[in-house]
Amino acid sequence: MSQVEKPTVVPLEHPRESLLREERLPHIWCSGCGIGTALNCFIGALERSGLPLDKVAIVSGIGCTGRAAGYIKLDSFHTTHGRAIPFATGLRLANPELKVVIFSGDGDLIAIGGNHFIHAARRNIDMTVICVNNFNYGMTGGQAGPTTPAMAKTATSPYGNSEHPFNLPYLAAASGAVYVARWTTLHVRRLERALTEALLKEGFSFVEVISPCPTYFDRMNRLGEGLDMMKFYRESSEIAHGLDPRKADIDLGGKIIVGKFIDIEKPTYLDFQQEIQARMEGEPS
Amino acid sequence: MNYWRKPLDIERIKLPRGKVYLIEERCKGCNFCIEFCPVGVLAASERFNAKGYHLPYPQNEEACTNCGLCEVICPEFAIYSLPRDGKEEEPRE
Amino acid sequence: MGRKKSPVSEGILKGEFFMSGDIACAEGALSAGCRFFAGYPITPATEIAERMAERMPQLGGVYIQMEDEIASMNAVLGASWGGLRAMTATSGPGFSLMMENLGLGIMTETPCVLVNVQRGGPSTGLPTLVGQGDMMQARWGTHGVYEIIALSPSSPQEFFDLTVRAFNLAEKYRIPVLVMADEVVGHMTERVVIPEEVPYFPRRKPNFPPGDYSSFQPGEDLIPPMANAGEGYHIHVTGLTHDERGYPVTDEITQERLVRRLVEKIRGYKKDIIILEEKGVEGAEVVVCSYGISARVGLWAVELARREGIKAGMLRLLTVWPFPQERIREVASKVKAFVVPEINYGQIALEVERSTGGRAEVIPISHMGGGLYEPEDILKAIRKAAR
Repeated sequence: MSQVEKPTVVPLEHPRESLLREERLPHIWCSGCGIGTALNCFIGALERSGLPLDKVAIVSGIGCTGRAAGYIKLDSFHTTHGRAIPFATGLRLANPELKVVIFSGDGDLIAIGGNHFIHAARRNIDMTVICVNNFNYGMTGGQAGPTTPAMAKTATSPYGNSEHPFNLPYLAAASGAVYVARWTTLHVRRLERALTEALLKEGFSFVEVISPCPTYFDRMNRLGEGLDMMKFYRESSEIAHGLDPRKADIDLGGKIIVGKFIDIEKPTYLDFQQEIQARMEGEPS
Repeated sequence: MNYWRKPLDIERIKLPRGKVYLIEERCKGCNFCIEFCPVGVLAASERFNAKGYHLPYPQNEEACTNCGLCEVICPEFAIYSLPRDGKEEEPRE
Repeated sequence: MGRKKSPVSEGILKGEFFMSGDIACAEGALSAGCRFFAGYPITPATEIAERMAERMPQLGGVYIQMEDEIASMNAVLGASWGGLRAMTATSGPGFSLMMENLGLGIMTETPCVLVNVQRGGPSTGLPTLVGQGDMMQARWGTHGVYEIIALSPSSPQEFFDLTVRAFNLAEKYRIPVLVMADEVVGHMTERVVIPEEVPYFPRRKPNFPPGDYSSFQPGEDLIPPMANAGEGYHIHVTGLTHDERGYPVTDEITQERLVRRLVEKIRGYKKDIIILEEKGVEGAEVVVCSYGISARVGLWAVELARREGIKAGMLRLLTVWPFPQERIREVASKVKAFVVPEINYGQIALEVERSTGGRAEVIPISHMGGGLYEPEDILKAIRKAAR
């Protein structure tokens, strides 16, 4: 590597700058972590969606992914651990003009926030939930979580994890989500498209983003650097659109089923509310 | 043996040309852009930024088609491409 | 529900009614402009939720039953940032579940109202019977350094009035306000007069364009104006220690600046926030200091004492937090003793004791919950103190 290196730095603006709180960059995520890529794709999806961006609000919980809200230059809320979804529910119902997006991690949304997740899906509240799944709690140092594969090593499962993980697309679908997809941080184009679809879907839409955690999960399980994980996704991902999500389990080191699993129509919470309102107005008092 | 089909309009279509830009201080040296550039524009350089991360550089800039993959796969919002000369090609959507 | 049918203009009740405290609370909220209620059924606060479920759709407001009280509190915070006046109502166990996100509301300066119709505890305790054991939890229940506003009604009318006041204080000082009622006040049915108009303190909106706005830049009065979501201000709101832009800065200096302001913006306005009701305090030898339903029993005991010729007075706390320590201290230098009846093992009594600074004796009258004092219990203490 003794080539002549051409300077490539120019004082131009990154094309996504207008939606970033650029004064806060570089962000806190580690080298090789995929959360930034997921955020990058999400910003692309926001632009593609054509949504009026002043009416888009981002809500995050706590954890590495929970910091995402702090980097997006839109109305953004960094709430408490696990509570992004109920906070977003209040926001959405108070102002039906808003498009509300929850951008958070697997531990936040599915462990401590798991109850809120299933109930928001059941109600079919109009919101998009983006869950970056890195199979452990990164912020606190790599502890086991609700998506940690069985037998995987983490800071709190040093001999291997003796719990089964949640299969998130299956959980979301079973709870009532009308749109369910999973991609990895390698599948940037497909991920961006899926996020766009999810943003434009009425009702509870859910996109899981499988991401490397090179500092903790990948290191403790000897899976390599972030780049190695990305290569692993290239080799081990299997696209299976329309697959019954119960078949989308993820085992340690096993293949990763990706694709769009669910895309259905169902009345949303606000649809029912409007129907009730119409009935009340139609009734003679 | 390969049986690639040749597109009928291959003679008429100009390949888009792009140029890669790097915001050095944001780069954390993950090498995603280098690995996944479909046409091998980027390579790791020996230069590093203030935080000690080795930066990518365009060793084969002529090959850049402005596909923007580096831009979207970069977790750091540190790299992007723009159309070169900006005239013969429209920017990507 | 109403004994008298009153004209309903735009769905808000006006006139004279015979209603329970819980219903009065709900109607007070509606009169105050509350248009979002999130809750979870719990005795003895359920009637508030049921009333809201019936009334909100009539007024174009939102009622949602959440999956638990944690979710309810968060939905209320979200709704407030969505631009609505929002509240939740609960009792002991639910109050405990709301504590963490009460802290989020304080840290993010989110106006909202949290009603606690107290029952006997700890734990599931006495779901259908009275208690006042959550008074210190109201003050210190969420972690960290902060001030809080808590009001305590002694009657259905006051439950109505103080709920209205809670909404206005919440907007004025950008803080969650607690209404600490109790099972007896919640369930008792009395005459409630709903006025033509109630006081209304509107949200403090930024009067400058989005570009110049820092979400948490306070004015001289220490309170920042509040842009709602969807107004183009691109606010950032976090429970982390944050700077004036709302961005997380987790260091000692920022913590000092932010948290000191959060405390001072309440302490500095105690005169405006605190309301007390005093009867015969001037010239009294013994003062009964109480709140909620206990204060009503206390007042009767004061009456009985006066009939016996004892110079007794009543100091009723309508605002419990911030605590009126200045007034208590003032009174303490003129009286022999305070008698403090409450349905717990001495919570506000400790505050009274602290405030007197040893100038007067403080006699707590404790009751573990499930019922009320006999006025005689309090009277005995008054007699003893007067001797």
